[in-house]
Amino acid sequence: MEFGTWSPEPLEPGASSSLPDELLVTFDEARAHRVLIFPALFDEANKLRRFTLSFMRALDEAGIDSALPDLPGCNESLAPLAAQTISDWQRCAEQAAQRFQATHCLAIRGGALLAPSDRPGWRYGLLDGPKLLSGLLRAQTIAAREAGLNETRETLIERGRERGLTLGGWTLGASLLKELETATLTPSPQIEEIEQAQLDGGGLWLRAEPGEDPQQAATLAHIIAKGCGVKDEEAR
Amino acid sequence: MSSKPIVHDEFASETSDSTKLRVVAKSDTDRSAEDTLKSILADVLALEREDADALDADSGLFGHMPELDSMAVAGLLTEIEDRFDIVIEDDDVDGEMLETFGGLLGFVVSKTAQA
Repeated sequence: MEFGTWSPEPLEPGASSSLPDELLVTFDEARAHRVLIFPALFDEANKLRRFTLSFMRALDEAGIDSALPDLPGCNESLAPLAAQTISDWQRCAEQAAQRFQATHCLAIRGGALLAPSDRPGWRYGLLDGPKLLSGLLRAQTIAAREAGLNETRETLIERGRERGLTLGGWTLGASLLKELETATLTPSPQIEEIEQAQLDGGGLWLRAEPGEDPQQAATLAHIIAKGCGVKDEEAR
Repeated sequence: MSSKPIVHDEFASETSDSTKLRVVAKSDTDRSAEDTLKSILADVLALEREDADALDADSGLFGHMPELDSMAVAGLLTEIEDRFDIVIEDDDVDGEMLETFGGLLGFVVSKTAQA
């Protein structure tokens, strides 16, 4: 496993200032199959971080390269989350796919919202924008109620559409919130959906505290290896 | 920390029964709901199945388990919606419903009966 950086290009053509470098974790031995990973978003990113890395290790053992790039505003990024939008993330995601020369993409949960839809790959535990947003808004209403305030999902989102919102500690800009409200995903012939039931066990995003499950990580890697046409014997 | 059983009166006799594992369920449908809810809580709280099975009506949840914060509860409610095919409104969510396993199961059972 190697830790490096990558630099997304400025999103507006002609913009002079470049974006800050972002973290890039790779297992790269220039092998034939190269999977670019788009992790889960926000709170779920933390809960699935260890799972995601164990999965990458399992892919490596199966003879498959992988890369996990931070996108601006996510994980260790220095860029402010409040300034990010799904459309900007999508452009960065495509840049990352080109730089890594990805043969496939794997999107985890809400990561599917920004992963390239015209490249072959998988979506694991797919979570669309409205559902993701609804979970964050619900957490906020429960926290507000605990603090003796009465906020509903409707009043929160109305305010957020104008000024942005901090939900569960994540500061989301108005543009991103509006995108999430309508960000649904359509099936693509090149992208296979992987359901949680295929991994035997509950999704780790449900965990109250971040956890791990090496067996689930290995099963997901096995599904990907099979999809790449890598046989188990080759992986040993 | 005081905990009071939040179960409907009609189930009270069953609660005091020796069948501690079946704290609220009075019918097969309710038992199935209880099993499903325990399975979801096992996923949320990283419990072994036998520990999840030991949950009873008085087992404290939100406000009793520090790891069960608002984000985890939101995830729990969303999973309940998906698994039971019900919709949980903001107004449905109150302290009583979330405080104990019995309260949550009673809510799920009555909500699925309406669906």
